[in-house]
Amino acid sequence: MPLADARAQIGDLAVVPHDPVADAAWLDRLAQGCARYTPLVALDAPDGLILDIAGAAHLFGGEAGLVADVEGRMDRLGMTLRSALAGTADAARALARYQALPAPDEAAAVRRLPVAALGLEAEATTALVRAGLKTIGDLSGRPVAAIAARFGAEAANALRRLLGDAPSPLDPRIRPPPIVVERRFAEPLGSSAHAAAVLAELAAEAAVALGERGKGGRHFRATFFRSDGLARSIAIETGQPTRDADLVMRLFAERIDSLRDPIDPGFGFDMIRLAVPRIEALGAGQLRLEGGAANTARGAAAVDELADRLATRLGRGRVRRLRSADTHIPEQAQLAFPAVEAPPPTPWTATEPGEPPLRPFHLFDPPQPIEVIAEVPDGPPQRFRWRRTLHAVRRFEGPERIAAEWWRRRDNAGLTRDYYRVEDAQGRRYWLFRHGLYDEKPDPRWYIHGVFA
Amino acid sequence: MRESSSSLAALRQRVARLADSGAPSGGGDGGWLASGHADFDAAIGGGLAIGKTHEFFAADALDATSAAAFAALLALRTPGAAPLLWLRTADAARRAGHIYAPGIAELGGDPDRLLLVETADPKMLLACANDAVRCGGSAAVIVESWGAWPALDLTAGRRLALGARDAGTVLLMLRLNTLPAPSVAETRWTVAAAPSTALEADAPGAPGFTLDLIRWRGGPAGARWQMEWNRDEQVFRGAALSGALLPVAPGRTAVPRRAAA
Repeated sequence: MPLADARAQIGDLAVVPHDPVADAAWLDRLAQGCARYTPLVALDAPDGLILDIAGAAHLFGGEAGLVADVEGRMDRLGMTLRSALAGTADAARALARYQALPAPDEAAAVRRLPVAALGLEAEATTALVRAGLKTIGDLSGRPVAAIAARFGAEAANALRRLLGDAPSPLDPRIRPPPIVVERRFAEPLGSSAHAAAVLAELAAEAAVALGERGKGGRHFRATFFRSDGLARSIAIETGQPTRDADLVMRLFAERIDSLRDPIDPGFGFDMIRLAVPRIEALGAGQLRLEGGAANTARGAAAVDELADRLATRLGRGRVRRLRSADTHIPEQAQLAFPAVEAPPPTPWTATEPGEPPLRPFHLFDPPQPIEVIAEVPDGPPQRFRWRRTLHAVRRFEGPERIAAEWWRRRDNAGLTRDYYRVEDAQGRRYWLFRHGLYDEKPDPRWYIHGVFA
Repeated sequence: MRESSSSLAALRQRVARLADSGAPSGGGDGGWLASGHADFDAAIGGGLAIGKTHEFFAADALDATSAAAFAALLALRTPGAAPLLWLRTADAARRAGHIYAPGIAELGGDPDRLLLVETADPKMLLACANDAVRCGGSAAVIVESWGAWPALDLTAGRRLALGARDAGTVLLMLRLNTLPAPSVAETRWTVAAAPSTALEADAPGAPGFTLDLIRWRGGPAGARWQMEWNRDEQVFRGAALSGALLPVAPGRTAVPRRAAA
């Protein structure tokens, strides 16, 4: 219905533009909430959730009880819910979206669904309907080869998935970690030192499992389950994939040392689990003939390990590498990435031979305001006061005019900056700019943006 | 402290060399960070010795950038891609400014070699510096501090120096806004910005530095150099004549003025 018609029928109609991003975020929050029923929750964008409740339904009094619980909660959130239970994810999805009438059993219900439930493109669906095949039941009676020949392989595959003849795996929102090793204890473990020893054994086991797959871990998470039900997780990250159990244990020791509140065994741990949620390919290392890795590689590895250790101790954002960004706005031209996830380097702007450095060594972000005396209003600065010191400008070069990124802003806002490289009487070089041209702003301010070597 | 005679200095050098050769791991004689300025390098026996600690004091709080850039350029001049570890406290960016990678690239250094570590306080800075100097494979470790640093006493300095010697790394202590004090450093420098040689239309030219050697364990101190960084050849050079003819500005003292933060 066009908006004009709707407004004609209902006078005080509230109109809100469609916001797909907010919808997706809300669906994700609902999916988070559904983790109470099962850890295997998959998103079925834009408006569906698929829950694998195998082995979890009895906690809510069976399937009916679970559905009632979901309905109650969604009702309280003001959500309209259509739900269905089926043996496969595709069947449940199709039933929830397209089932019109109740049916005696699942197979019959699936057979009564319209062909639109296959989720094919509109043209293929129309072709099926024109051929007189209106329900899944009509289709399922025919040989799959004939369907594939006439309506495409996609139609045949969708039909087989819907009928449960082909697997339809879920892509859960929270993927189970690829490698998990754990140890359970008959008697709770009362000492932290003993727990650390067990963690070391688990790390060695995980290293073997990683080696078998030809992988290395980037992220390790140890969880200590206390006998009174409390679980405490600590995690470490490495910049390079590793399966060196000693290195992992050094990082865990570093993390445990830096904890504000130490891990308290309380009445004892009854399980310790080590998960490796993030793994990456790592080939077998080759030693050189005379023993030991190559010298430069060993040096780089030592620095990487130091970066991991310091990042574990200080926080990952405190150990950084600088990478270039493709923009001419000075303060955005460098990006500081945590060293554990820095992207590969990209080239920096090339310099002209014979030119002096045009960018400062130290940059102030935000720029610091200064007081400037200039000969003519839009001329170069003659004297400026910064940090309560007056600097007399002896030499200058400029202006280098840097405009705002007008293509990013709808209102075309942002002031142009006129940069000057100046040298004061003491020989120190500064990077000053006037924020705004005189026809953009009546009284533009001056700032110092950096200091040259 | 000035040496009274050159023979005494030579003796000292010999003793130092003997002491180094007797060091257990023998990491003391691992080469030099050279500046490329022949006189400068020759005067301090080849450059800044690797495996040692060297201190750079900014002559004034406003000379912080010159001191930092001089230390960084010495380290980044070295061939290869060995990383440069730069440790500073989290508030250093507010005081001295962020280390600006495009500016390092403009000086001819490779910013991708930089690994920046920011700590919450000077105490943690010292702990991390101890780990960093013990990690071989870096081109240099720069530890930047602002103001007095009481945690860095002679014991802590000695520990750092031993770590650098054992791992064969070179530690460049960047001391900003503070006065030189006794320490175990091999060399101690005061760095100040120097007027550059003007380009066409009186534009500021290549970076200029004034260096004062105020302490050297291996020989006489007290020398002063005026140097300019030549980016295209990646060397420091003696300042050109026109720069040296500029009058030294009044009000230039070795005593740092405290900058308003």
